[in-house]
Order: sequence, then C-alpha cells, then structure tokens
Amino acid sequence: MSRVLVGVKRVIDYAVKVRVKPDHSGVVTDGVKHSMNPFCEIAVEEAVKLKEKKLFKEVVAVSCGPAQATETIRTALAMGCDRGIHVEVTGKDYESLGPLQVSKIFAALAKKEEASLVILGKQAIDDDCNQTGQMTAALLDWPQGTFASEVEIEGDKVKVVREIDGGLETIKINMPAVVTADLRLNTPRYATLPNIMKAKKKKIANMKPADLGVDIVSRLEVLRVDEPPTRLAGVKVETVDDLVAKLKESGTI
Amino acid sequence: MTNTLRREVLQLYRNLLFLGRDYPKGADYFRERLKSAFMKNKDVTDPSEIRKLVDRGEFVIKELEALYFLRKYRAIKKRYYEGEH
Repeated sequence: MSRVLVGVKRVIDYAVKVRVKPDHSGVVTDGVKHSMNPFCEIAVEEAVKLKEKKLFKEVVAVSCGPAQATETIRTALAMGCDRGIHVEVTGKDYESLGPLQVSKIFAALAKKEEASLVILGKQAIDDDCNQTGQMTAALLDWPQGTFASEVEIEGDKVKVVREIDGGLETIKINMPAVVTADLRLNTPRYATLPNIMKAKKKKIANMKPADLGVDIVSRLEVLRVDEPPTRLAGVKVETVDDLVAKLKESGTI
Repeated sequence: MTNTLRREVLQLYRNLLFLGRDYPKGADYFRERLKSAFMKNKDVTDPSEIRKLVDRGEFVIKELEALYFLRKYRAIKKRYYEGEH
C-alpha cells in the first residue's frame, strides 16, 4: 500500500455569481475568479491525512485542463500532496471534457502510477455531475466507496461510512479502491502563502491524454444553457381572510 | 528592531495580504485596514511588545482561515443539503 491518487478540478469560485453567455452556449469564464472545487479540497485533505498517519507513502494530485489547472495542482501541493500530474486538455477538447473522459484518464493514471487508492470529490460545483468517481471505479473494475463521511484503512481494506438518504451506511471494500468525498468527511486546511511558496519546489509532470492512450472524444452535445428561473415577488395580505382567499385562489388549499 | 523580528513582521504582513484576497468584503477593503493596523504600531520598538503584536497577527490568520472555511461550508451546505438537519 503505497500511493494515493487524488483528483482536483479547477472550477469557478463558489462565491462568484455565475452568468450565462448571451448565446446560451455556456457560462462566462473569462476574467472570473477560479479556485479548487470544494469537494476536491476535502479529497486532498483526506489523502494528506492518510499520508500523515503513515498509511501511504505518497500522494499524487492530478488535474485535467488548460495551463491554469497547474495553479489548482499547486494549491493541492501546498496542502501537502507530494507531486502533481497535469493532463493538458485545451480548446475544444476542454469545452467538451466530461466525467467519462476524465474517468478514462484517471483509470489510465491509476494503473500507470500503481495507486492503491483513488480519492475524488463526490461532484464538482460547476457541472454537478457526480459521475467521475463511479465511472473511474467501473473502468478499473475496482470497488467504490462513494459519498464518504468517514474513511478508515484496515489492512488491505477500507472502511467507508457513506452518506445515504436518511442516514449512514458503513461498508468495507478491498483495496485498490475508489473513494469519493462528501462534505462532512473533514475540514480542509488552508493553502497558506508560505506553503504555496514551498510547493513551487515540488514537481508537476505534464502529459497529454494521448500519452496515456486515452481517447477524449465526447459523444455529448450541449444544446442550450439557461439561468434558473428568478423567484417571483410575493404579495402582502391584510387579514387572515385575505390570506385564505389567496391560498384558495392559487390552489394551495 | 532586530533583523529577524523585522523579517517576521514583513512576512506576517505578506501572509495577511495574501489571505485578504479571499476576504468577503474584497481585497481592497482588507488591504486598507491591514495597512492602517500595521501603521498604527509603527513606532513600537520594544521587542517583547513587537512579539506580542506578531502573535496577535498570527491569531488573526487562524481566525480568517476559520472564517473562510465556515463561509464556504455553509454556502455549499445551503446549496446541496437544503432541508437536511
């Protein structure tokens, strides 16, 4: 048991108000603040914690995307990952890059790096797909522990407490395995300036999907992107009778 | 001010400035206040007094990190876990 692979995605910062492009082809990303997907931060924190407990020797942070993805990898390195792999995907390929393509890349890397555990965020806050972890496990034919709120290594097995509808489910799976992090798994540490500086000494390998023998052609086509409907203004009522009348009118009661 | 202490103060300023980029009210708002907070104490010469001030700065860093974490956690919780307890 030696190596953990952790995926990090560069997304529009959670605090930014996302705007749809006028031609409805996507969202505005130019000049918008980006940062690491919050669920990926949780995945990184968990991987680093396992390494600090001496359960793994090395944590490798992987990101797929254009040149700016290295900034996200740098943040992961500042949080305690040992080295990074930047799988460069640009232009049209990046626009159509989806969970299936990323899973193929992760599956190829997990084999190449002989990882015994792959930790990913359960979903990204931009496309909200929640598919990459599941598909990576499927492509590798490895067991999966999704929506993890607790992870414990027991020999060559992982005990994962999963967040499911209405409660928690505890499972034990064999390693190698894929784990996806839920919100309550841990509290990620902040990537401080001194640590970001120190992280500049750590290595980030650069490669292309083709170097891994992965085909990243997408079979999906985005037809249209729309903003969610805006909430309609409410009305004030004077008396209880008015309220009841209004509610009856709207068919609520 | 001794050289090591001077370096510590400058490093503290840099670290806070970096943290200020994520401040909810904006980096400019934060930078102004940060600068005035440091300038207020520019005439302090007693090393033990400076040490105390640096320690307070380190404490503020921890507070800011906690603030950012909570803010993010709550935003995500509200967006994805609405209706849960």
